[in-house]
Amino acid sequence: MAKVTTPKPAELVTSIDLKPSGKEWMDTPAEIKPGTFCWGAKAKNLNIVEFPNARDWNPSEEDWKLPENWQEIFLTGMKNLLDKYRSFKVFMDICVRCGACADKCHFFIGSGDPKNMPVLRAELLRSVYRRYFTTSGKLLGKTAGGRELTIDVLKELWYYFYQCTECRRCSLFCPYGIDTAEITLMGRELMNLLGLNTDWISGPVANCYMKGNHLGLEPHAIMNSIEGMIDDIETITGIRINPSFNRKGAEILFVTPSGDLFADPGTFTCMGYLMLFHELGLDYTWSTYASEGGNFGFFTSNEMAKRLNSKIYAEAKRLGVKWIIGGECGHMWRVLTQYMDTWNGPADFLEVPVSPITGTRFDTSRSTKMIHITEFTADLIKNGKLKLDPSRNDDLIVTYHDSCNTSRGMGLLEEPRYIIENVCNHFHEMPENTIREQTFCCGSGTGLNASENMELRMRGGFPRANAVKFVKDRHGVNMLANICAIDRATLSASMDYWVPGVRVTGVHEMVANALVMKGEKERETNLRGEPLPGKEGN
Amino acid sequence: MATLDFQGKQIEVDDDGYLMNLDDWTKDLAVHLAQQDSLELTEAHWEVINFLRDYYKQYQIAPMIKILVKEIGKAMGPEKGNTKYLYELYPAGPAKQACRYAGLPKPTGCV
Repeated sequence: MAKVTTPKPAELVTSIDLKPSGKEWMDTPAEIKPGTFCWGAKAKNLNIVEFPNARDWNPSEEDWKLPENWQEIFLTGMKNLLDKYRSFKVFMDICVRCGACADKCHFFIGSGDPKNMPVLRAELLRSVYRRYFTTSGKLLGKTAGGRELTIDVLKELWYYFYQCTECRRCSLFCPYGIDTAEITLMGRELMNLLGLNTDWISGPVANCYMKGNHLGLEPHAIMNSIEGMIDDIETITGIRINPSFNRKGAEILFVTPSGDLFADPGTFTCMGYLMLFHELGLDYTWSTYASEGGNFGFFTSNEMAKRLNSKIYAEAKRLGVKWIIGGECGHMWRVLTQYMDTWNGPADFLEVPVSPITGTRFDTSRSTKMIHITEFTADLIKNGKLKLDPSRNDDLIVTYHDSCNTSRGMGLLEEPRYIIENVCNHFHEMPENTIREQTFCCGSGTGLNASENMELRMRGGFPRANAVKFVKDRHGVNMLANICAIDRATLSASMDYWVPGVRVTGVHEMVANALVMKGEKERETNLRGEPLPGKEGN
Repeated sequence: MATLDFQGKQIEVDDDGYLMNLDDWTKDLAVHLAQQDSLELTEAHWEVINFLRDYYKQYQIAPMIKILVKEIGKAMGPEKGNTKYLYELYPAGPAKQACRYAGLPKPTGCV
């Protein structure tokens, strides 16, 4: 058991060295440093999903316990991926190394490690591609930019593909539109052929496969968690809510990341959903089977992501609902909008979502039959269906962090902002090159939100935190809103580290604080049990 | 797999020192783990550990902090039903530290 310490913020900033070392990158093997990697996947978790080479291993040890023919497995796997995904082959071929992406990566900005420049991270794999899959590379080797797949190269690939959060900020600036996230996806697929995943990813995947969610919450644990929230809601509002679980014939199925059920501040967001749906009298149900919106399978392989995702449509069909609402999550929406329909659809047993409250038809989801809760709520506000008292959030000076996946991945830019502007009175945007499509990653997405790699997380979280600090200094911002469960967990840590005094909230927590509910008692506290503005003396 | 030598037994732990098998846990082991952090387990610490173990047996997961706070408040009196009190007992965080002493695995996912 290793104790890993994280440097203090001032030490971390001064350690960022942007001066090139003068050595060729191919001659600089990766140094696997404590604090910058996650523990290796456990045998028991890989066995559950029948992934290969299941064994306990430690990335900091010399012997990674690989099969003897690991090189053959890797190269065959790579050939299969190149044959299967045209995009992968194109991205391996077309980079001209212009460097436009280089300083766009939060990990490069926060670490100064040249191999965290997206161009070079991709080059780590491109060099292998050239050596084994192009004629020039086969003949000329290093002269043509190729290199042998040695054990050091494999370790380097592993190390840096788990220092990319697939946020795609670099892709936005690439003149060719190379999607570096897809290169990381392919890189991680290859790692999984050799059992080289992390504990923090493979644990949730195994849990989700067995029990329906990343945390491994069983049905009675889910209900216990929600009952606890209902008690709190009653204390705060005087209203007792009775949500239904696994109810056949409900109009709508609601699916959210399991983090919302378990960890603060996500639980306050979850209370927000419960209160909103109750107030609307929405005919909806929770599921204890499809109890995970997120998909850590997406950080292992396409096939695994598909297997985990299949529960959502399967449950919608079993319960006979008409359509689906999804909660505040990031990568969940990348999967839902760009993969689910082709993996597990067509969901032609469902109907195009129509809000029963406003009559709005969500044609943008006519194929997936699933809408994001901020689309649903923004539409309610636009149609004047909610009674809101934004002054209840007057103690909050809010800024909004776009989750990479909902902004760059699905274009959900206006709805969360529209809601925030209607439920609070103090909202300030961060600088424009750090929000919307250009948003900076929280620094810990794609399953990098473990604790043993905290230094890496804080390095990767530095650019986002820096932008928050800017609006804190200028406007006194004290609350960072977002619509992602990973954000709610990881930004809390990076704010405590980089910008103490700024807290983190989901958008629907603020909605529920502002929501004036029928028959509620005069509220004294917000959902966190803190006095509302003007009630401090009570 | 990392192991911990204790009373002549090799006990499997994960990379962060959490027990791999709930059944390997004994009261003596909890005391030993706490001693390694220079912490002496008092009655108040045991209240938390016992609650965690009971909860885990029922739900196969450690409770949310919120639930822990509520239950400790019920058992130990309302003045102790707060996060501050739990952090005084377990400075490295009740979720991480107390769960480790109680022999529970650490939760993973979007948390």
